[in-house]
Amino acid sequence: MNLPGTGILKGLGVTLKHFIVTYTEDFKYIGKKAGVEPRPLRRSNPSNHGIVTVQYPDEHLPVPENFRYIPFLVRDSATGEDRCTSCGICAKVCPPQCIWIVRTEDPVTHRPVPAPKEFYIDTTVCMNCGFCAEFCPFDAIKMDHKYEITSEHNRSQELLFDKDRLTMPDTYHASIHPLDWARELQEKAAEEAKKKAAAEAKAAADARKAAASAASKPASATAGGAKPAPPAAGGAKSPAGQQSAPNVPSKPPAQPPPAAKPPAQQAPPPATSPQDPPKPSAGS
Amino acid sequence: MADTETTQPGDGTGDAIQNDPRVPPELDRNVFITTLDAVYNWGRKRSMWPMLFGLACCAIEMICTAAARFDLARFGWELMRPSPRQADLMIVSGTVTKKMVPQIVRLYNQMPEPRYVVSMGACATGGGPFKEGYNVVSGIDKFIPVDIYIPGCPPRPESLLHGFIKLQEMIDRQSVRTVPWYRPGGSDVIPVPLLGPDIIDVRRASEIAERNKVMAESPALAEGNAQGQA
Amino acid sequence: MADVTTTPPLTPAARPARPERAEKKPVISMATLTPEMVAMQQHFGEPVIQPAPFEGVLITDTSKVPDVALFVRDELHLEMMTNVTCVDYIKEGYLEVVYHAQHITGGAPLCFKARVPRDERAVLPSITPYYPGAEFQEREIYDLYGVRFTNHPDLRRILLWEGFAGHPMRKDWHEAYYEQENKPYDSRWPAGHHKLAEERVPWGDNVQYPPGFDPTAYHGNPDEGLYNTMMSEAPTGGAADIPFSETGIRTDELIVNMGPQHPSTHGVLRMVVKLDGETITDLKLVLGYLHRNHEQIAERNTWLHNIPFTDRLDYLCGMANEMGYVIGVERLMKLQPTERAEYLRVIMAELTRIQSHFWSIGFLLNDLGAFYTPALYFITEREFILDVFDQVTGSRMMNNYMRFGGVARDILPEQLARIRLLVNERLPRAIDELERLLSDNEILRARTIGVGYMSAERNIAYSVTGPLLRASGVHYDIRRADPYSIYNRFNFDIPVLYGGDVFDRYRIRILEMRQSLRILEQALAQIDQTKPGDIQAGRKAYIHRAPAGEVYSRVETPKGELGFFLVSDGGQNAYRYHVRSSSFINLGAVKEMTVGQKVADAVIILGSLDIVLGEVDR
Ligand code: SF4
Ligand code: SF4
Ligand code: SF4
Repeated sequence: MNLPGTGILKGLGVTLKHFIVTYTEDFKYIGKKAGVEPRPLRRSNPSNHGIVTVQYPDEHLPVPENFRYIPFLVRDSATGEDRCTSCGICAKVCPPQCIWIVRTEDPVTHRPVPAPKEFYIDTTVCMNCGFCAEFCPFDAIKMDHKYEITSEHNRSQELLFDKDRLTMPDTYHASIHPLDWARELQEKAAEEAKKKAAAEAKAAADARKAAASAASKPASATAGGAKPAPPAAGGAKSPAGQQSAPNVPSKPPAQPPPAAKPPAQQAPPPATSPQDPPKPSAGS
Repeated sequence: MADTETTQPGDGTGDAIQNDPRVPPELDRNVFITTLDAVYNWGRKRSMWPMLFGLACCAIEMICTAAARFDLARFGWELMRPSPRQADLMIVSGTVTKKMVPQIVRLYNQMPEPRYVVSMGACATGGGPFKEGYNVVSGIDKFIPVDIYIPGCPPRPESLLHGFIKLQEMIDRQSVRTVPWYRPGGSDVIPVPLLGPDIIDVRRASEIAERNKVMAESPALAEGNAQGQA
Repeated sequence: MADVTTTPPLTPAARPARPERAEKKPVISMATLTPEMVAMQQHFGEPVIQPAPFEGVLITDTSKVPDVALFVRDELHLEMMTNVTCVDYIKEGYLEVVYHAQHITGGAPLCFKARVPRDERAVLPSITPYYPGAEFQEREIYDLYGVRFTNHPDLRRILLWEGFAGHPMRKDWHEAYYEQENKPYDSRWPAGHHKLAEERVPWGDNVQYPPGFDPTAYHGNPDEGLYNTMMSEAPTGGAADIPFSETGIRTDELIVNMGPQHPSTHGVLRMVVKLDGETITDLKLVLGYLHRNHEQIAERNTWLHNIPFTDRLDYLCGMANEMGYVIGVERLMKLQPTERAEYLRVIMAELTRIQSHFWSIGFLLNDLGAFYTPALYFITEREFILDVFDQVTGSRMMNNYMRFGGVARDILPEQLARIRLLVNERLPRAIDELERLLSDNEILRARTIGVGYMSAERNIAYSVTGPLLRASGVHYDIRRADPYSIYNRFNFDIPVLYGGDVFDRYRIRILEMRQSLRILEQALAQIDQTKPGDIQAGRKAYIHRAPAGEVYSRVETPKGELGFFLVSDGGQNAYRYHVRSSSFINLGAVKEMTVGQKVADAVIILGSLDIVLGEVDR
């Protein structure tokens, strides 16, 4: 049987400990880690038992790469073109249906051109789910980290993001999504290597064909190649692909069949079956 | 200090002062008033008491904002008051449903002036993911005036803090002479909406009645509104 | 394997799948009869009890429904009426009310159904006298589908208000912003000029009125029926008529509204209490202040669209809800998630349980008057778990992490290390500290022990699940009773306490957190044996078609049993999507817990229920 009041005292001991530990934790850091690890990081570390407050407008908690806020469209800085092909997948997977896309039409033929004319996201409806970024086959839409968005008095204009407001250069994308960017580079390199290998294989085959039958007809016309020919090519990873591989940890985010990825370490024996394109390929 | 900017020429507030017929021209940009504004706004913006008023998921992030890590009290917004009579700021944090709107309007009317409204999250701002729902109001600004909108679902606590900082900036731009609550009559009391077959905005009642009469007569017009009593 | 489409159709003609589905009649398989169903058939006769499509039996004679319920309860010993819901088969022309009853010892629930026509003959005898837990659910069906239940003690609208026009979950009822039967909407692409929903509708707002309705002459009072049912014989003769109570004090009966804006109602719940002095003599709940039409929106959505919406059900435990939903859809699609995905799901679900219990204990203490200190401590701990969620899933609360057949992203080694640090170091200490801070506190004990007592039998009768049920001595946890995912691989106990009061509900949450840590430890050890990156079974797709069928899948969330009743007609979206939410059904027992207690205790009883309004009102 406890003395009455001991339970309360025990509880008060806990609060007292909390009070003291806020100081001792800081002492522990003096001279040791201070300056090495920025304060918000240190305070959000699970081994910290002291103060956890982040002095927000002055300090910012680092947002993780996966963090999702409002989406943005990626513009390739090399070519100056939007990556988006206005394929409409993001508009379809958007759960609250807050994406509006108008396709560009060729002024002469009226056939659709793979680029959006208008692109709207209603941020007063968007639920930050990230489906648009996850299912875009062209890596053209990504989730932004900028959470400091407000509007005064005028939401219908300011919070409806149009294409200009949404577009960001791919350097920005690279800066906030380093892992995703590394994955993209790697994929691109793999793609290129595949194309090159395919072209080589094609050239070799053509040459053989040409040698076999002196009557040569189509060689150049088909070489432009809509379809990279798979045989023997898939396994041949380019050196670039191997170099970027260590940057990519065991898992490239948001991307389904990674079977082709880990073998990068043991790349030389090109035994893996050529089952790439890691993103669901878009028929375009 | 930000207060020095309060009545810069060209800024919207300054114009408003000039256009105010009741202020004699010689008093314009009076040093006394400017200083008074600075003190007045400094005091107000640093001792806001938000109303402890949660509607939905965003309210959880609002509580996290008030908790240890983000610590709203650092801004002097020390206490969350559950009673509207003791609150200066209403954070509409979550989905506004038709059933809830009469209560929200009533709470707003009970808050003493000066009062501010922050609409937190996509739902309160414009209906959010549940916009199409039959019981959801597409944005609280259909009923009460909103000062700051914060999109996001839910906004991070930092986003909410950012919204608060923006609100402080907004308060900074106000002037004792132009704020509505020292004017005769003060601001309007918002009529509490009714719950009928659907939510009835009392301000629009006569319009609804008229249109409905027309619609009842010509069924073609009623297209898209033909939801009889089942 | 789901029928998946990964190639984006570029022609708009390739999209609408609805009309062709109507022609292609899905193959309907009749349910195979379990021994229990055969027993029912033998008792009531072949013509009354027939096998129903997909699942369960059909009661062809609707007047027999209460008899069947009684038989199911007393002869078959299915003590708990888990789920009662309704499906609108508009093409066939009837409403089908679906009941799921279950043994408290575990196993799959027994399903029986009854059909009523869609017109004014939609009347069914109530089973509330036998299963009080069905009371709220029947009211919900009345509200949303317009099925009237005879013999129901209090048949009023529950989520909407009295006077609302129509029954919105019927398939032919269209909301004001109605655009199209199913998403994706055609107006978004390829000619998606942005148009606000407000611009499309006659009133410029999300409203619609019956033709000829005149608001200036409208004098309805949505609360009238409520107060009428609570006001007993009102004293007419003034103060002289008021009887003396046994203490010799003459008191008037007082009806007090608590909420929807009240700091202790955990959101927008409204309790209307009738007081005699400080003692509660009657209590009615008014729900629906957060009714945001989850189910109706979900029936417009595609299967995939619903995942992020389930996060917003019980917004404190997003990933537990997601898990229930994806498991249900996977059962429909006959899809098996990968090993690693299963581990990730369990890890996330258990972390979710811990943070949700932290929150609920913190706010229970708030309700007790320990304003904010315990809550602050536990919110701080919760933040560390949310950090993990933020890093792994991309959001602190609305995680949107699970997918059909897997999860959205793999976990990085450093994130796993962080979870290990939490599970091995920080969280056990935090729970110990919680106990030291509170469990022996005399004030806490004095306020909670014996308060809000509910016996095991009554809890079962009210279909109460989760920590509440286990705190009254019933060993019932879906992770053991009807195992799902990979829970049967782990070594853990289902804590059971016997007090049945607020204090035991508080303690059981602590014990559950410790068991969750145990599961986490094992899962974290075993996940290393799975293949990194192997997180999605089949190909990742954004269009899923589930074969026609019906499924009732349930998981144990921190609040109790969360069930998803899904009906597929073979299309891209759910034909019926019903959430059996534990918070909602647990609330049905509040009246019995509170009547006779003091009004201050009503607050902590509600706090001990740990309801989340997003799940209550949906
Ligand atoms: S899915 Fe990607 S490429 Fe297609 S329209 Fe959307 S952003 Fe553009
Ligand atoms: S994040 Fe989700 S809700 Fe927002 S635009 Fe993308 S898909 Fe739509
Ligand atoms: S904006 Fe999102 S998080 Fe906030 S209340 Fe609405 S659904 Fe919930």
